[in-house]
Amino acid sequence: MRRWYATAAAVALLAGLSGCGSDDSGAEAEETTVTVFAAASLAGAFEELGEEFEDDHEGVEVEFNFAGSSDLVSQIQGGAGADVFASADEANMEKLTAESLVGTPETFATNVLEIAVPPGNPAGVATLRDLTKPGLNLVICAPVVPCGAAAQRVAESAGIIFKPVSEEQSVTDVLNKVISAEADAGLVYVTDVKAAGDDVGGIEFPESADVVNVYPIGVVNDSENADLAAEFMQLVLGDDGQSVLAEFGFGKP
Amino acid sequence: MASTRAVGLPGWIYVPAAAGAVFVLLPLLAIISRVSWGEFFDLITSESSLDALWLSLRTSTVSTLLCLVAGVPMAVVLARTTFPGQDLLRSLVLLPLVLPPVVGGIALLYTFGRRGLLGETFELLGLQIAFSTTAVVLAQTFVALPFLVVSLEGALRTAGDRYEVIAASLGASPTTVFRRVTLPLVMPGLVSGAVLSFARALGEFGATITFAGSLQGVTRTLPLEIYLQRETDADAAVALSLVLVVVAMAVIGFARRGRGVL
Repeated sequence: MRRWYATAAAVALLAGLSGCGSDDSGAEAEETTVTVFAAASLAGAFEELGEEFEDDHEGVEVEFNFAGSSDLVSQIQGGAGADVFASADEANMEKLTAESLVGTPETFATNVLEIAVPPGNPAGVATLRDLTKPGLNLVICAPVVPCGAAAQRVAESAGIIFKPVSEEQSVTDVLNKVISAEADAGLVYVTDVKAAGDDVGGIEFPESADVVNVYPIGVVNDSENADLAAEFMQLVLGDDGQSVLAEFGFGKP
Repeated sequence: MASTRAVGLPGWIYVPAAAGAVFVLLPLLAIISRVSWGEFFDLITSESSLDALWLSLRTSTVSTLLCLVAGVPMAVVLARTTFPGQDLLRSLVLLPLVLPPVVGGIALLYTFGRRGLLGETFELLGLQIAFSTTAVVLAQTFVALPFLVVSLEGALRTAGDRYEVIAASLGASPTTVFRRVTLPLVMPGLVSGAVLSFARALGEFGATITFAGSLQGVTRTLPLEIYLQRETDADAAVALSLVLVVVAMAVIGFARRGRGVL
């Protein structure tokens, strides 16, 4: 009996896996697809720009792959078919330009840190220094990921030392701990707080200006649609792109 | 051993069997081929790696003990009694086997988290489970327990209750029967169940990162450390992966030897 359950579950899983992805092949054969690899924090703004781009270009579809910048870098290094790469930091972009996998990148947005607290701010956090209060559950990103490195630099420039209860893998993990109120406070980007809406409260702090995160975008060198890719890049850099990015909380480059 | 079989296997069966074996073994070889041996020792003896390994071994051991304490009685009750709703209960208890671990983590969060079902009770007692090593143990136990229950229940059913009935008819109390007859009879199943639980606890990732967080020496077990190292230092991640593979193989080898002796 039990074995039968397990087999049925495995078969169902496999069927599910092989089922997805195969539906849209060959539906409209002549459609050109621009594949954009972008840092997860760009999801909201880029989805909107993608639709705008599709409206302006008949028969062109924009497909996104949103993930952590370093994951995207390894995917592109592994030969994933990307046309455009937008990174959440310069270090990851440099990994690709150093290998000549991406052409000359341009800066299109900036982002700074903000304190995220659960709704109602139960721990009464008001300043950056409050995050060092004993007994406060502070969650930040691990120093090896960009948001964690930024948090560390902010602490250094403010002359304080964080004692987090957890150093998470990604901004999303930090936000989830704050949303579930397991954490009293977390350090994430302004845009993340904005995207989370009413689930978290945001507290700006002046020290954030010392650590500004820069977002570069570039066309992947072996792109099959280099012209369209360059056009998408221009959309992001242009007035339309900039005003959409501003809506989502990004700063000017 | 195969040559002494009276009935031969159909020849074609070796083809898919070999393909399956290659499918499992090739990725292991791929890991080994990527290890940069020059730095291997330095990479696996860094402070963060050792902390992660030590934490993993400790938490997995405690989780396995918890699995034994709760899982052995569960398996015995499921195998040796009948009550209404038993099949349903069995399926539900085994749910963590098929649940994605992240879902397990979310479920644990809503149970033991600060705003969870039991969270306020713990808060009143001054206990905080989230972000503690306890949370890691809970996550591991949650996902590992079904492995012990499944293998032990299977062993109990295969063994049957013949000897238990005889022992009882000779005047042994239920506890004596359980201790002197049932347990020794299913010891191999118990050992392999415990080893499976330990291995599952050792590899636990999703529930831990969702529920317990990630802090060196407190909640960052070896799988979490590997995932984090991958962000920056692929070599370290590969080296640590190999350590995890070796530990897992040692556990399995130990279990096989244990079964042979018993």
